Amino acid sequence: MPIAEPLDPAQARRIAVVRLHVNGQAHAVAAPTHWTLLELLRYQLGLVGSKQGCDKGDCGACTVLVDGLPTLACLTLAVAAEGRHVETVEGLGVGGEPHPLQRLFAERGAAQCGFCTPGMLMSSAHYLDELGRADAPVIRRADIAAALGGNLCRCTGYTKILEAVEAAAQETCSRAQAIGDGPGGAA
Amino acid sequence: MTGPISSDKTAAQLHRLAQDDGRAEAAPLLGGRHGKHDALALMTGAAGYTDDLALPRMLHCKLVRSPHAHARIAAIDTSRAEALQGVHAVLVGSELPTPYGVIPWTPDEHALALHKVRYVGDPVAAVAAESEDVANEACRRIDVQYEVLPALVDPEEALRRGDVKIHDDNKHGNVTKRVQLAFGDVDAALAEAPLVIEGHYRFHGSAHAPIEPHCAVAVVDGKGLLTVWSATQVPHYLQRELSKVLCLPMRQIRVIQPAVGGAFGGKSEPFALEFCVARLAQKTGRPVKCLYTREEVFLAHRGRHPFDMRYRTAFSADGRILAVDSRALLDGGAYSSFGLVTTYYSGQLLAAPYAFGSYRFDSTRVYTNKPACGPKRGHGSVQPRFALEVQLDKASRALGLDPFELRRRNFMGEHATTVNGFHVGSNGFLLCLDAVERASGWRDKWGRLPAGRGIGVAGSCYISGTNYCIYPTELPQSAVQMALDRSGRVRVFAGTSDIGQGSTTMIATIAAHELGVELDDVRVVAADSDLCPVDLGAYSSRITLMAGNACAQAAKTLGMRVREVVGEAWGVPAERIVLAHRRATDPEDPNRWMPIQEAFILAEGKYGLLGATGSYNTPKTGVHGDYRGGTIGASPAYSFTAHVTEVEVDQETGEVRVVQIWCAHDCGKAISPVLVEGQIEGSVYMGAAEAVMELHEVMPSGLRDPRQRRDSGPGRDGLLAASSLLDYRIPTSLDVPQLSAIIVEAPDPHGPYGAKEAGEGPLHSAIPAIANAVFDAVGVRIDHLPISPAKVLRALRERSGTC
Repeated sequence: MPIAEPLDPAQARRIAVVRLHVNGQAHAVAAPTHWTLLELLRYQLGLVGSKQGCDKGDCGACTVLVDGLPTLACLTLAVAAEGRHVETVEGLGVGGEPHPLQRLFAERGAAQCGFCTPGMLMSSAHYLDELGRADAPVIRRADIAAALGGNLCRCTGYTKILEAVEAAAQETCSRAQAIGDGPGGAA
Repeated sequence: MTGPISSDKTAAQLHRLAQDDGRAEAAPLLGGRHGKHDALALMTGAAGYTDDLALPRMLHCKLVRSPHAHARIAAIDTSRAEALQGVHAVLVGSELPTPYGVIPWTPDEHALALHKVRYVGDPVAAVAAESEDVANEACRRIDVQYEVLPALVDPEEALRRGDVKIHDDNKHGNVTKRVQLAFGDVDAALAEAPLVIEGHYRFHGSAHAPIEPHCAVAVVDGKGLLTVWSATQVPHYLQRELSKVLCLPMRQIRVIQPAVGGAFGGKSEPFALEFCVARLAQKTGRPVKCLYTREEVFLAHRGRHPFDMRYRTAFSADGRILAVDSRALLDGGAYSSFGLVTTYYSGQLLAAPYAFGSYRFDSTRVYTNKPACGPKRGHGSVQPRFALEVQLDKASRALGLDPFELRRRNFMGEHATTVNGFHVGSNGFLLCLDAVERASGWRDKWGRLPAGRGIGVAGSCYISGTNYCIYPTELPQSAVQMALDRSGRVRVFAGTSDIGQGSTTMIATIAAHELGVELDDVRVVAADSDLCPVDLGAYSSRITLMAGNACAQAAKTLGMRVREVVGEAWGVPAERIVLAHRRATDPEDPNRWMPIQEAFILAEGKYGLLGATGSYNTPKTGVHGDYRGGTIGASPAYSFTAHVTEVEVDQETGEVRVVQIWCAHDCGKAISPVLVEGQIEGSVYMGAAEAVMELHEVMPSGLRDPRQRRDSGPGRDGLLAASSLLDYRIPTSLDVPQLSAIIVEAPDPHGPYGAKEAGEGPLHSAIPAIANAVFDAVGVRIDHLPISPAKVLRALRERSGTC
């Protein structure tokens, strides 16, 4: 089933050294130039928390933060992360203590199989960052649902995930005002 | 507070520890609102899924798949691939010629296609290479010559065209299974009934779409022991089929199921990748991994069978069901999979919670040149449930009865036998109806909502495992081994497959409850065929009832030993001793207690190492009919569900928005209510998505003679219409309706602590409840799923005569 031109073996062997920060630590990693950031994280750094669910940017299981912004690691070339600060789920807790999101996800049953969870947590962490930076922070279900709109979950129906993120928002941003606008802001 | 008299310093330290942890009025473990036992591992990336495994010298496997829906393999030339640097082995079908199938009576699949391919994507060859890139390139260099055959994509056509056989040796054309069963005089009831509702329903195909793709890793050690790690829900069946296909005794095979990233029935039988990595590991002497691409997950499929169903239902003037008569055509795809069971389930699981006066069904499953269908959450019974519950809604309109009232009048009762001979024990269906009627505000809403907004109800029933194993055996369906040690820890070895549903948490909760420790003090070692006793797997919602019973049995045995030694030490009867929250206590003397660790040490001192086993087998007598097929669908205990949905229909665009779903589910006893709610919410979400969004289909074709085509290359016949998570649309957090999960508990004598299933039942009636709500909203019936904007719009225009 010839579906593409044969790979040029010479091209496959082209290697670049990528310098980047991952979870606060500086790395210089050799990786083939066609590799994605997800491959670099999983294969070279052993950070297997970020998951490959589709490898084409549809599911969000590989979501990491690059310079603070949620990014699909499976659609980002490793070389494009040169000089960037990457945060993965392994870096979410501090000093061995789980991040409030991790604790609340665990307590409230927001993970079932857990495969989408690392990506879901990174998108949620970004939502909390934004909330914390807002002049007049307001916690709205619709905003949380929108923040997680790129992360597919097949187990939970999202209900307990939205609840956990909302609880984390209330806990970590005490000055925020909460608006109960129903799950997903759909109602 | 005085503890046991002891000058031992360690004991005193233990005492203090227990004092800190042992909350006198702590919440009960069993039925308490705890999260998952393994939750933090899931939160930190530490859980370890199959694809997270990387072994030294590991090779990567990729498969060559057929571009044709139906073709003979004329020749395969692998020489160009073998010559590629970095390729270690190439595998073709003739090297693994033994057919397999999860149902032992219908082995019609091969690890790699032999002689014929039967759907676009049928695996033909496999490669093991140094990297994924080299493996992919090697696949491109494998030259397969096909003689293209006419493709049967439409099940009606497959039924008619017995001359084009998808499986050459199949007895009856393309029919893989036909089941005809009748109970009572259906014809007489239909002839005499004052009301007969007739309907033609279509249920479409849908996919499980777990976020984790299938993945397997295999390695062979120096003694020839083959170890396979796989994202499977059925490690035991995988071990059996590997043994058969590889011609290797089961004792030479170890199957380990790591954390699984969702399954929903989509990983409940062996797949090509597991056989290929195993054989390639044998050939190369190196570990081999295969991770399916997302497209391959859609091709491997085993999703919901498309059904074409015709129903006639006879009612008395007061709304009682006198007869149900159904004919169904099941689109099976290229292989049997669980199809034999699916065909039975399409009729056998419908006869509760309502009492049928008489019942007849005639279901036929045919092969088509498409990815094989199999069991998806609510295996085989979601489709007929849709038809029946819409039939009931139509009858309630015809009779001028509230649909709740119609359902209550037909309630079969508890401890009753269905028309097809299944004994149903506990039955909380009426409680479920009451709960959703109240929570949804039904009485204020039904018939009173503004135009375009509607509300609907439906009910259903499901099994908590099946009375009979897939292969004939009298052996237990589930077993655990349990050990206590002097550290105060409980170790449980269970064959159970946690696929996200929380079976590990269930095991830990029962063990902790019986032995007086906290959840974190229980280590569960699960789903490793070398370390754990056999459990049949995570399918048909069987684990809580079966493994839960086995676990309770072992834990009670050990708990009794611990209570005996504590009772002896205190001079009180063992029965009086309570083990809870890391303490042994005597409730009649609140000042007397000892840390649980000390109690375990005392018991080990008396009995030696503290170990026990528990096993569970299903009841076999008096629980089902004695006719042929009467055992299929019989369960130790049945769960019940009722749904109310509220929808909004945009009459300009035909779009249906599901606003809210209330689901009450009778799970007998919620051992872990947070997890039960999660199962209800996840089921309801999945059902709602099937009703209005999801569609797994292949390109329409029609039988065409490939020789008449101008081009000789592959056509569009049998191509998947949606093979990515972008095209196959599953709901995001922005699409999901408000979900209200209500737990109902009608404890069953066969369940551990009364528990029944919660993982599949709550999906069923979500779908007809939405269809019924759409009718309430806009007055048109959409009997062919999914309820797409185009269908709604067409129905609205037809009704107003503007089309």
